[in-house]
Amino acid sequence: MQPFEYASPKTLKEALALLGAGWGDAAVLAGGTDLLSLMKDNVMAPKRLVNVKEIPELKGITKTGAGVRIGAAVTVDELASNALIRASFPALLAAAQGISSMQMRNMGTVGGDLCQRPRCWYFRAGFGLLPTHEGKNLVAEGDSRYHAILGAGPAHFVSASSFGPALIALGAKVKIASAKGTREVEAAKFFVAPQNSETREVALQPNEILTEIVVPVSAAKNATYEIRQKDALDWPLATASVSLTMKGTAVGSARIVLGHVGPTPFDADGAAKWLAGKTITVETAEAAGKAAVESAKPLKDNAYKVQMAAVAVKRALLAAAGVKA
Amino acid sequence: MSQFQDPEERDKVKGKGSGFSRRGFMQGVGVTGAVAPALIGTDAQAQTAPGVMGPAGVAIVLNINGKATKATVEPRETLLDVLRGQLDITGAKRVCDRGSCGACSVLVNGKVMYACSILAIDAQGKQITTIEGFSITGGKAHPVVTAFVAHDAQQCGYCTPGFVVASKAFLDTHPNPTYEQVQDGLGGNLCRCGTYVGIRKAVLEAAKMMKGGSNA
Amino acid sequence: MPEYRWPDMSKRKVMGQRFSRLDGVEKSSGRAKYSSDLNKPGMLHAVLVTSPHAHAKVRSIDTSAAEKHPGVAAVRVIAPAGTEIQWAGWEVAIIAANTELAARDAAAKVKVEYDVLEHFVREADLKKVKTRAKPAGEQVEGDPEMAAKQADVVSEGYYGIPVLTHCCLETHGNVVQWTPDNKVEFNPSTQSVTSIRGDLARLLSVPAANIHVHQDHVGGGFGSKFQPDRWGLESSQLSKQAGGRPVKIFLDRATELVIGGIRPSGFANIKVGAKKDGTITLWESESWATGGIGGGGSPPIPYVFTKIPNRRQSHSAVSTNTAPSRAWRAPNHQQACYLTCAPLEDLAAKLKMDPVELLIKNAGLTARPDTYVRQLKKAAELSEWSKLWHPRGDAGKGSIRRGLGVGAGTWGGAGHDSTARVTIHPDGTVEVELGSQDLGTGTRTIIAQVAAESLGLRVQDVRVKIGDTNYPPSGTSGGSTTVGGVSSSTRKASLNALEKLYIEVAEALGAPADQLTVAEGKVLVKDNPAKSLPWKAACQKLGVKTISETGSNVPAQAAREGLNTGGVGGVQIADVSVDIETGVVKMNRLVAVQDMGLVINPKTAESQIFGACIMSICGALMEERITDEITGRVLNADMEFYKLAGIKDIGEIVVHLDITEENDKRGVIGLGEPPAVPGIAAISNAVANAIGLRVPTVPMTPMHVLNALAGRKS
Repeated sequence: MQPFEYASPKTLKEALALLGAGWGDAAVLAGGTDLLSLMKDNVMAPKRLVNVKEIPELKGITKTGAGVRIGAAVTVDELASNALIRASFPALLAAAQGISSMQMRNMGTVGGDLCQRPRCWYFRAGFGLLPTHEGKNLVAEGDSRYHAILGAGPAHFVSASSFGPALIALGAKVKIASAKGTREVEAAKFFVAPQNSETREVALQPNEILTEIVVPVSAAKNATYEIRQKDALDWPLATASVSLTMKGTAVGSARIVLGHVGPTPFDADGAAKWLAGKTITVETAEAAGKAAVESAKPLKDNAYKVQMAAVAVKRALLAAAGVKA
Repeated sequence: MSQFQDPEERDKVKGKGSGFSRRGFMQGVGVTGAVAPALIGTDAQAQTAPGVMGPAGVAIVLNINGKATKATVEPRETLLDVLRGQLDITGAKRVCDRGSCGACSVLVNGKVMYACSILAIDAQGKQITTIEGFSITGGKAHPVVTAFVAHDAQQCGYCTPGFVVASKAFLDTHPNPTYEQVQDGLGGNLCRCGTYVGIRKAVLEAAKMMKGGSNA
Repeated sequence: MPEYRWPDMSKRKVMGQRFSRLDGVEKSSGRAKYSSDLNKPGMLHAVLVTSPHAHAKVRSIDTSAAEKHPGVAAVRVIAPAGTEIQWAGWEVAIIAANTELAARDAAAKVKVEYDVLEHFVREADLKKVKTRAKPAGEQVEGDPEMAAKQADVVSEGYYGIPVLTHCCLETHGNVVQWTPDNKVEFNPSTQSVTSIRGDLARLLSVPAANIHVHQDHVGGGFGSKFQPDRWGLESSQLSKQAGGRPVKIFLDRATELVIGGIRPSGFANIKVGAKKDGTITLWESESWATGGIGGGGSPPIPYVFTKIPNRRQSHSAVSTNTAPSRAWRAPNHQQACYLTCAPLEDLAAKLKMDPVELLIKNAGLTARPDTYVRQLKKAAELSEWSKLWHPRGDAGKGSIRRGLGVGAGTWGGAGHDSTARVTIHPDGTVEVELGSQDLGTGTRTIIAQVAAESLGLRVQDVRVKIGDTNYPPSGTSGGSTTVGGVSSSTRKASLNALEKLYIEVAEALGAPADQLTVAEGKVLVKDNPAKSLPWKAACQKLGVKTISETGSNVPAQAAREGLNTGGVGGVQIADVSVDIETGVVKMNRLVAVQDMGLVINPKTAESQIFGACIMSICGALMEERITDEITGRVLNADMEFYKLAGIKDIGEIVVHLDITEENDKRGVIGLGEPPAVPGIAAISNAVANAIGLRVPTVPMTPMHVLNALAGRKS
């Protein structure tokens, strides 16, 4: 780890003043579970860390007119044990429980989950977000077993966020602050597939802090299904979060978002539209799953993930609708 | 380069250096004063903005196992490394060093966390409990320790302190756990020798012992 | 000479009891000090600079900036210009500094220029192996051509078991101090306290008598921690260079996973044939393996069923630009077991025969027909085989498919060279000293049990001291030889000491020394137990003397003495559920039936088997070192993507210890390795049974399972 300065401001304003204009200037330290690993591996070497865990504005889960507001520094454990979340957002609860480590849930924050960097093993080895080596595309020509099948442009890593797919499915917005003021971004637009190696995978600027997430409350049925090899702490291989607004027994409108399959959570818009007007059964759920991965372009090693993603969608739909497989 | 970059230099400045550099062990860290407000930097040279500390050594106070413990750390030093090195508190182990295995588990304000992924400077003002803080008190082993021994929930033993800390934290919030909950609760720790069978039994038994009031 | 034989099973008081391990509280309370926990005054911290390239020549190396880095005390170049690097992770330089941070900062300043050469790192596909394979020639027995023609059923397949890494939780390393008086204090993390001194003496050209080795605990070894290693040598030199300051080096996790030890792989195209009734008549195998740049030896196949009459075997050692292999718990047996029991299960499926029946029918092809038949039946009973097993693929509908599979293994496990010293003090204190080590086996505890049993005392009356070269030499803990070795030497030393004590107390008891015995904390007259002295009172007769006697286990004599021996069989049956939509395999149960000799401590013996089963689950489902063809590096040198099972990933484990009078008479047989053999094959066979086809390579990750189900090549 390179040396850096450390500050632990007590207000958002102070925190924002401590950030810099470039990514190398400063980084926001929340749970630290990802950032410190990246710094130990010299993948990131910010000159300053700004601890945001002591900032009251970034904490708490409250009900507001717009929905449920989740502070970015709320821990995974706080999220998972919150009554508002448990009552309305099983999709978020399941994603939180999928992080099957007490330690990680106690440390990791919701904001940190959204901002964490990809787990791509080439990226972590210092080859960059769009890794190449001696003119070769490392992901495409190397080992791509854990890489993207959907929505991949030049970037083939998968977004590692647990909450991203659920928040997108639930129509959440994130609030971003800078010294100049705040802006609101749809969760779906927060994730960005980088087109070149200089850009980031989230819509944050170096001088900005993700402060809160607002999830609208509705009667929509929602669920997340994760496929992981291990029950113990493990990265999912594919996940799906769904939200269903029902019209009687049929689906009025749906949102289907896949995780760990693309450089951003993948919004399976077509599959969701197809589902409108249909009743959730094993057959329709399976068909929606297949539709969700229609555009999949697997790499050399990860064709297996296509089926997996379709199954995740199917099972998430069945879970949301309360239909037994 | 700042004046505190090199620990040997650092020790000399503090009047401790003679011959070999003596890294500050528990008794020997001679930093001045900074006890009360946890977040006061000592390295004026490095301050580029208010409240900014480092990158050179910063005098901090950590509350470890109920004792205010002084240390001088660079911001980049993890709690785990400061515990194991400077403070010679070695029950927590450095195994993966990336928040994957749980061998470094400690309690921070009662919650179990990975000490490898916490900066020491970030742990100021928190109650840090390492395994040393509860495993044997007044000559008596904690029920989790007793149950681990009774069920042979250890082999090489390198993951064991982390498991004991995690088990204690788990039982603090799940006094009547089911077998299923034990397995879900301890998913953040790994063992290489394969002691999980004993651990599952030990945690269930420790729950019973703790209810019996033997050491709750 | 005393009668060393073990007392009859029915007469033992301490041996055979389920004692909790003596160092249990120390370990579970966090008080146990491993060498990696040591902080010595003035200690320097060393880190390695390693090569990022799998194959390269060092063009130049410049350490001047590193040397000038504040806090740096000593720098050494390990791979000077001209060195041909043969694997990524090769040690290039080493730096010692006042703090680990300073050493790492300085390491980043070492400038190494490489001429990068072509590398080869993946061996699974024989077609791509080409010139990197060294064929070892063909062995033929009987008439395989004829057997192939005459067989009623022939089954052919490709099978593979990959390189895995030891992943010891305490990484390799040591604290070392080489002082100007040419003395070396060495605190390693090792499986071999005694022999590492000799190795270090040779490497450093320091008399062995000047080297003191001490280690209280070792955080895992599994076969990878026998030698001082390059970093042991280089850190010693750094200590000397720095005027004798202690130097600590423990590998970081990534380096540990790359160069700290690997199990060689094993791949093969295999053809087996049988008559309709299941009599196996044919074995043909074309195998290849890598264990790094030196290639990989042939697993002993066909395994267990070694007497298949018609055989043709060829093997190629494949040289890869990867770090060299080290012994892994039951070297080459897991590979051999998988490469034999999987094809035999496929054969059974083709014969439409119950695989347990197939193995029973062919038990005559093994060295222990009776043992295997008995074990197969026992394992079948414990796994509810007759209720739960079904013909391959007949696991019903639905996405979750359950299946059962079987594997069989064998191992030696006779005791190693070991000398123990038993000292009896006038106050009754008893010390047992051995230059041995406790890998997690419970070595201290079983030594105490043996000494207590032999001296008529309680376990708590005996102080066991191990892990130090000031104690008599004891063998390396490898090959499951420790318990046999240290129990036999402790037994002999105890009885030798006792013989001396008898001489001292004979007069007081008014009986000749050879008429004395011990029981329940007393020395007494054999024919007149009323005449006795409490142990303490007896020892007081020593006056100012102490008794200090040694006893040795000499492997060549061990069988004759009846204290320990080798040679066991074992059978495991796995019960799994496979989600055929996601490829995720879940363990329901793993049943281990283990043949054994005399068991000193059933509790720690069971732990060994539980651990071996869990390792098998990891090996069958998760563990695989993944190398990158383009960069030549290891991609999963961390504990996120080098996956190990967690507490919820193992299902139920049922251990059947075959503790019988008959087995007991064989003497002590090591138990560390034997149960680590059959599990991988059993789990693979259970998956095949569940899903109706073979996942040809382990680990059976969801990727491999789904690929197999979809007919895709992995």
